[in-house]
Amino acid sequence: MRQLCKGNVAVIKGAVLAGCRAFYGYPITPASEIAEAAAQFLPQVGSTFLQAESEVAAINMAYGAASAGLRVMTASSGPGLSLMQEGISYLAGAELPCVIVDVVRGGPGLGDIAPEQSDYFAMVKGGGHGNYRNFVVAPASVQEMADLTMLAFELADRYRNPAIVLTDGFIGQMMEPLELHPHILHAPEKPWAVRGSRETRGNLITSIQLEPDVLEAHVRKLEAKYKQAAEVEARHELYRADDAEVLLVGYGITSRVLRAAVDLARKRGVRAGLFRPITLWPFPSQALAQAALYSQMVFVVEMSTGQMVEDVKLALDGSVDVEFFGRVGGNVPLAEEICDQLMTRMAMNVDWGV
Amino acid sequence: MSDYQVVQSKSPVFYNRYERKSELQHQTHYCSGCGHGIAHKLVAEALSDMGLQDRTIFVSPVGCSVFAYYYFDVGNVQAAHGRTPAVATALKRARPESIVIAYQGDGDLAAIGTAEILHAANRGEKFTVFFVNNAIYGMTGGQMAPTTLVGQTSTTTPWGRRPSNEGFPLHMAELIATLEAPVYVERVALCDNKNIMRARKAVRKAIELQRDGVGFSFVEILSPCPTIWKMTPNEARQWVADKMVPVFPVSVFRDRKPPAIENGGPRQISVIELLGLGEFSPAVEEPVAPRSGRRNLTIKIAGFGGQGVLLLGQVLAEIGLREGLEVSWLPSYGPEMRSGSAHCHVCLSTEPVGSPLVEHPDVLMAMNEISLRKFAPQVVSGGVVIYNRDALPADFAVRQVRVSCVPASELADQLGAAKAANMVMLGALIELTHVLPREQALAVLETTLHDGALLEIDRRAIDAGIDFVRKAAVPAA
Ligand SMILES: Cc1ncc(C[n+]2csc(CCOP(=O)(O)OP(=O)(O)O)c2C)c(N)n1
Repeated sequence: MRQLCKGNVAVIKGAVLAGCRAFYGYPITPASEIAEAAAQFLPQVGSTFLQAESEVAAINMAYGAASAGLRVMTASSGPGLSLMQEGISYLAGAELPCVIVDVVRGGPGLGDIAPEQSDYFAMVKGGGHGNYRNFVVAPASVQEMADLTMLAFELADRYRNPAIVLTDGFIGQMMEPLELHPHILHAPEKPWAVRGSRETRGNLITSIQLEPDVLEAHVRKLEAKYKQAAEVEARHELYRADDAEVLLVGYGITSRVLRAAVDLARKRGVRAGLFRPITLWPFPSQALAQAALYSQMVFVVEMSTGQMVEDVKLALDGSVDVEFFGRVGGNVPLAEEICDQLMTRMAMNVDWGV
Repeated sequence: MSDYQVVQSKSPVFYNRYERKSELQHQTHYCSGCGHGIAHKLVAEALSDMGLQDRTIFVSPVGCSVFAYYYFDVGNVQAAHGRTPAVATALKRARPESIVIAYQGDGDLAAIGTAEILHAANRGEKFTVFFVNNAIYGMTGGQMAPTTLVGQTSTTTPWGRRPSNEGFPLHMAELIATLEAPVYVERVALCDNKNIMRARKAVRKAIELQRDGVGFSFVEILSPCPTIWKMTPNEARQWVADKMVPVFPVSVFRDRKPPAIENGGPRQISVIELLGLGEFSPAVEEPVAPRSGRRNLTIKIAGFGGQGVLLLGQVLAEIGLREGLEVSWLPSYGPEMRSGSAHCHVCLSTEPVGSPLVEHPDVLMAMNEISLRKFAPQVVSGGVVIYNRDALPADFAVRQVRVSCVPASELADQLGAAKAANMVMLGALIELTHVLPREQALAVLETTLHDGALLEIDRRAIDAGIDFVRKAAVPAA
């Protein structure tokens, strides 16, 4: 049955279906409803909810629960994620699965509480110290807030690595139909976990390796894992991209606006299409290169001053002109504005002959 | 030939060889005379004597004891600097049958991790903390700790700790003992055999209290650090007795039953029931055919906070959903809402909703004048503005838009329910657009409001809106 649901609440509904057994969090707008929904739902099914004393504590509690083999998550927004970065690095170093939701708000500093997409670098490029990667999934609807949270749990466990749901104030706050199926996921066996039992007595969760050769071997092992994941886990979605002369690229709420912009551009006679990365790490580079093969321009739109656009440029490697348009501060680029920008850039580009 | 025999035994909680250590696997990495060695031994012996080895999870901190897992043959988790109590909290909650040992130094526990230890103690987490206070940062080479004594030199207090610059030593045991929840707080000193025996008893007691599920136990262990203090092991022990104990008195600060705690958790249900899936899900309403062929509508609703703007939007989305439409509801949120105005966007569509942001609404429902002035110019040509007054402001005009002035607040007041102005607006919308059926609106309210009287008021408010629009003259162009 389809139910009207808020994005932030859908995260927890997805988490419950994914077999999440613990949530540790700290309130912050616009992510607080996630903690509130967790407080409401998890204790009813025998799972733990605890409001931590800080995001620093929350991420380390998640580290503890993950060490014990539980599916665990936390959620916050920009400033809280900044505080969690050390813990995320430890999770990656100790190879612990954990789901972390970032409902991005305006920054830097205290910024504001309106939506932005300015945490791309911090989440996708690491943010914490050391050679590690986060899985990053980017929902564009309330349905995906649930579905991609579930996927994040699966990826986290499959690769023993943190997985981030990178979303924004709009997707978190909005309501849309949500359809869930009574199919409950279960965490895989975790023979490596420390459970306080005879069988797991020899287990050790740690990220410290003082011998350079030993640490190098560990980091190389992580690297190999990331390489493998990059090959098989990238996901994307296309919209009217088959014959696109201009390929618009955007994720999350922006991709929703870009759909409207694509339709509008086509009404104005421009064959526009949309490429939406669903995973930001791994970035769907090959698929993007493929989709842009016959495009004359790739137009990246973000609610940032230009972060994902760097990955787009890397993926296309100079093969096609990449243009960027961004709004920040909680302002959302609107379809008309995007379309106007698109037309201007097309007119400016001499190679177009338009 | 002597008439006595030296018996050296090792707790089975220690590994026979320290294989996780790369070199000298028969000896520890601790300096001779270091208190960590004694503290480890006391803990290991207690665990083996109590038969708790298999159940134990040892959380090592950042500090000299970061490698405690070289030695303890138990489940091991290494935590970030200062965060051991947070990690231990979740471990214990995840595995309530386990024995969780949080082992921390003074930099770890009393500086960077002050928040975590206080809050774990305050929650009465049912694990055991061993706090090794050596008045210095050992691992990083002798910087000041929060427990460094006044006048004590360190690499970062070269002229001695001065309270005017660095403040006074922190008394963690005393601090923890001011909290409600902890059941046992004691400070001991590893300065001579008598005190070590006392420490042994305290360590055992703290673990026993955890084993018996009693509550949070905390043992502060004053501990020699000969290398950093630049002393012989004997001098260092003496320094603990002579210098540290006077500042950090050896004492039991708390030993009592936990305070009685209410334990009212929620009723346990299945995930399927919780999420309303399967047989528990409420009956789905049948779509009611609309009177017009039109099904797609974008709506912006705006007004003051408290006028039910966001709720009206949600009701519209819910009606649309039950009509089998694709819907979205996007609110303004945050300070704007608190400072008095609120608006939301609603999309109803037969196709998946593209952008949930409504740039040019088909319908604007303006609950106040500010919203009218701000948003009416955005309405598509041929669109509808429903304004919550009996007339537009004299100086205001919009072109190519159908304006319907519906004094919703007034009509609601007449019904004796000022709060129902938003439902009057809903009635007006139903009658003006014919996209959403009245019956479905009532069905939605019936399932969301569980109060019959309220439902009746809302029904009358909706009908008042419908009637008003029907009776009104053809709206001005
Ligand atoms: C976030 C962070 N800051 C600083 C450090 C460096 N560091 C490692 S151990 C330590 C102090 C340890 O002192 P203490 O807790 O007293 O333990 P001891 O070594 O004396 O046993 C510091 C500052 C770190 N590892 N992580």
